[in-house]
Amino acid sequence: MEQTMERTADLEIRELKRIATEVRVSVIKTVHLAGAGHIGGPLSAADLLTALYFRVMNVRPEHPDWEDRDRFVLSKGHSAIALYSVLAERGYFPKQELSTFDKLDSRLQAHPDMKLLPGLDMSSGSLGQGISAAVGMALAAKLRNKTYRTYCMVGDGESQEGQVWEAADIASKYGLDNLTVVLDWNQLQQYGWKGTDGRERRTPVEHPAERWRAFGFHVIEIDGHDFADILRAFEEAKAVRGKPQIIIARTVKGKGVSFMEDSHHWHSRVPTAEELARAINELRGGTAS
Amino acid sequence: MTATAEKLVSMRDAFGDKLLAMTREHDNIYVLDGDLATSTKLDKVAEQNPDRFLQMGIAEQNMLGVAAGMAASGLQPWVCTFATFLVKRALDQIAVSIAQPMLDVKLVGAYSGLLTGCTGKTHQGIEDIAIMRSLPGMTVLAPADSVELEQMMEYARSIKGPVYIRVARDAYPVLFDGGYRFEAGKGVWLRKGTDVAIISSGTQTSRALAAVDLLAAEGISAALLHLPSIKPIDREAIERAARMTGAIVTAEEHSIIGGLGSAVAETLVETTPVPMERVGVMDVNSESASNDELLRKYGLTPEDIARKAKTVLARKSG
Repeated sequence: MEQTMERTADLEIRELKRIATEVRVSVIKTVHLAGAGHIGGPLSAADLLTALYFRVMNVRPEHPDWEDRDRFVLSKGHSAIALYSVLAERGYFPKQELSTFDKLDSRLQAHPDMKLLPGLDMSSGSLGQGISAAVGMALAAKLRNKTYRTYCMVGDGESQEGQVWEAADIASKYGLDNLTVVLDWNQLQQYGWKGTDGRERRTPVEHPAERWRAFGFHVIEIDGHDFADILRAFEEAKAVRGKPQIIIARTVKGKGVSFMEDSHHWHSRVPTAEELARAINELRGGTAS
Repeated sequence: MTATAEKLVSMRDAFGDKLLAMTREHDNIYVLDGDLATSTKLDKVAEQNPDRFLQMGIAEQNMLGVAAGMAASGLQPWVCTFATFLVKRALDQIAVSIAQPMLDVKLVGAYSGLLTGCTGKTHQGIEDIAIMRSLPGMTVLAPADSVELEQMMEYARSIKGPVYIRVARDAYPVLFDGGYRFEAGKGVWLRKGTDVAIISSGTQTSRALAAVDLLAAEGISAALLHLPSIKPIDREAIERAARMTGAIVTAEEHSIIGGLGSAVAETLVETTPVPMERVGVMDVNSESASNDELLRKYGLTPEDIARKAKTVLARKSG
């Protein structure tokens, strides 16, 4: 019995990995085609977003406005292409539409636009704002006795915005245990600072867990690319009562493609045709670290 | 209707009372406070219908975002804080989280204008109209009295989407009776006249009425067009005022830059250019003082409006 369950879990994780690979391929292809966009951040967030939309969240892609759906807000809106790629995999819209990303009249704006694309629970793009909206959604659920949960992804660069901490304060004050924040802790930002390790373009906070704990959050620290870890973390978060939770996910910018990993150069660089082919080959062949 | 209406009603009290009544009538309305409830009169809701009152603390940016999230979940949040903090401190939040997605958040700028109870330039709100009317999809309203304010609040509640209402701190003459009906995008002719037309908005309308009387005493026939809705604006009425009189003066308790005067000028230059003068706070930083002292120093009294009317008349006949 136990063995069967383990096998099921293995299968589930293998399937999630397969989907996340397709998401990464879509991200890199789309940015190559569009000639613009972010890559590093979307690749660091890909596994977490895949887990959310394929296992964690209660959603109905065929009915994106379903009132009792779980909500997701991508506060780090510049990783929109990762979210679009996951939504397309999940069946919210045809995958071919990804090729319209960043183009005139597209529903796939550079940053998420809820007015245009069904399935987006919030517009975002100006950093620090999405988490407040997520707090509002979780608060609305409490006020109306709704059982849906709200998830929100913030970046570690984004966490330099004071509004993130204003939102954290209020989430904690109102005991929003129906809110789970995910920190995509890839430790790189567009220009940033020189780290104590001498590396360039680092984010400044070395111990985010202490900060979030001080703001009254239940803190769960994980490897943001390990699906077993990710699924366990969301289960733990769901069971918390009286407090909002944060999953601090240690991630790697550019994850999945050896020459993009942990490199600030790929924050928003566009891959050449040759780089695209190498990246897809690595991802599908599984030769990346 | 006279300029010196006997009855004065506090705008902020009228706001607090009306909002309280609305929370009792409509189960989707929630009120968000940035820790100014005793000044803005949100305390009426806090004390008498506490389930609908949400304290968001001294953190305006988050307050606007929380309101956006609530609206995205089917509620109708009413956010109220001082106009200057609302539209300047949290402008990007209003733009990105509320106006761009056209979420159903009602924004109330309390302590708008120059008269904010001796609090000075940090707390006065004289750029709110300029800023808010530049946002696509935003409705911008400025009531002249408590009757009009209450009707605007009903209107704001009845439509889905962002609305900004500026609310004065103090008491103003009641100009409208119970039969009055506010309409978005519609001006209200308060006086007929042939020599010059004064176009006013918000709290400056009662001072403009007094100016009409001052001008009449000098034999000048001034029309008065009140524009409670600055966006959308009544272009037709503005054009009519220009055609009828050939001389326009705008009057507002707001900066001379970007407010009612600018909105009227935009319409006039595109349709019926005539000589025009503007009454408003010039491009200077203000200060703290009593209402009367501020009105005098910054040129917003009925006498100032009448003087500008004569200036524009001279340009018209010259």
